[in-house]
Amino acid sequence: MIRIENVYKSFDDKKVLDGVNLTIKRGENFLIIGRSGAGKTVLLKNIIGLLRPDSGQVVIKDTDITKLNKKDLEKVRLQFGLVFQSSALFDFLTVAENVGFFLHQHTDLKRKEIHERVSHTLHLVGLEGIEDEYPYQLSGGMKKRVAIARAIVYNPDIIIYDEPTTGIDPIAVDKIVSLIEDLHHRLSITSLVVTHDLEVGLRLADRLAFLLGGKIIFEGDKEDLKNTQDRRVIQFIEGSSSGPIKEMEV
Amino acid sequence: MDLFKGLGSLLDYIGRMTFFIKDTLWWLFAKKRDVKSLFREVIFIGVNSFFLVSLISFFIGIIIAFQTAHQLKQFSSEIHIASLVALSLVRELGPVIGSLIVAARSGASITAGIGSMKISEQVDALEAFAVEPIDYIVVPKLIALVICMPILVIYADLMGILGGCLVGWAKFSIPFNFYFRLTFDALQFKDVLSGMIKSVCFGSIIAFVCCYEGFRPFSSTDVSRSVTHAVVRSFILIIIFDSILTALFYFIWT
Repeated sequence: MIRIENVYKSFDDKKVLDGVNLTIKRGENFLIIGRSGAGKTVLLKNIIGLLRPDSGQVVIKDTDITKLNKKDLEKVRLQFGLVFQSSALFDFLTVAENVGFFLHQHTDLKRKEIHERVSHTLHLVGLEGIEDEYPYQLSGGMKKRVAIARAIVYNPDIIIYDEPTTGIDPIAVDKIVSLIEDLHHRLSITSLVVTHDLEVGLRLADRLAFLLGGKIIFEGDKEDLKNTQDRRVIQFIEGSSSGPIKEMEV
Repeated sequence: MDLFKGLGSLLDYIGRMTFFIKDTLWWLFAKKRDVKSLFREVIFIGVNSFFLVSLISFFIGIIIAFQTAHQLKQFSSEIHIASLVALSLVRELGPVIGSLIVAARSGASITAGIGSMKISEQVDALEAFAVEPIDYIVVPKLIALVICMPILVIYADLMGILGGCLVGWAKFSIPFNFYFRLTFDALQFKDVLSGMIKSVCFGSIIAFVCCYEGFRPFSSTDVSRSVTHAVVRSFILIIIFDSILTALFYFIWT
């Protein structure tokens, strides 16, 4: 479903992605894990076409999106639902307007139909009765759930979660992780989760990849992770500050 | 070396701004506008500026009246303060002062708003939803400014004239109705038209400069710098374009 081949991306002199290769299959819950600043968000933005790689291919359903013009790229983007690290709710819109944003922009649905879809989706993420509130009135966990509702309201083929549990309390983390698991099973869609939180990642992932220094140093399922001999991955799992990964190496 | 670097930055700025204006104008005519978002911008940019514009224009009218009266007194021609206040406000000070107020108040807020949208990934979110940020964010602000500025400027002119009228009545015992008759006798259609053309031009400058600066920040510390740049550059461009338009109208209408 998503194939990333030899993707390189630099900002000025800083190499962020250094030949990334990945394959994400249809319907799976795939996890990209790595330290903060490892380039996970940059990789994700390359996948959705918000950034273009310096070289390499990003193939979404047999289409190399790096070669597409802006208009065709927008069509590909409509297949994605993206949950941003900061939730990125539009602060000048109410919760209902945020969740229904895509439907307003890209469909001919009537106001009443959109309202019904929005209410149903908010019910799915466990939020009801907050349609008229603004993002600043919500807690961090609620914002994440609204962002998830906004991403799933139009039934995308792929949902991407960028650090879905960053900046929220442990109870809210558990709720968000349960919600992602539940949505994945209920909607049977391909999910790509990017996080630095291994505990969260292991709860969610069917397969996972470890990004370090702009390269994928591990790709496999949870069993493969348990049996890995790569000392860098072991150091990350153990959360140890001593080992082959040095403080400055990101 | 610094001179070349400065010149290079200026050319880079002009080039980027030109593409930004081109994209904005393309999107302006590309599709039908959402009335609700336009209304929101008109309220924010126009209606919320009325109090500040009223206050400052009223006092500017008072100042011009006193300053001109001081000179005209030497010729016993205080009666002419009405025409002098009206002409200087309608042709020049109304559009310039009104635009500077809007640039400082609404322009700064536009830049800060877009800047915070950018660093909180809301601009990325728009793109992820296949919505063009220029179309969604910039075009409504441009339309709102182009609609609001002439209205605000006419209002500023009237408030300034009212200030002048107060001085004429209180200091020189000129009756209100006589003052207003002198005012409207002095004004010609071309005076009002030149003020309107200027206000539309200055409104567009504020929209382009402040929105463009809003898209530049990469971190929260950049936002305050962008706001400063937006206001300073708007002020400079408004004064430059005011000179150009004033010279143009002088040659066209004399």
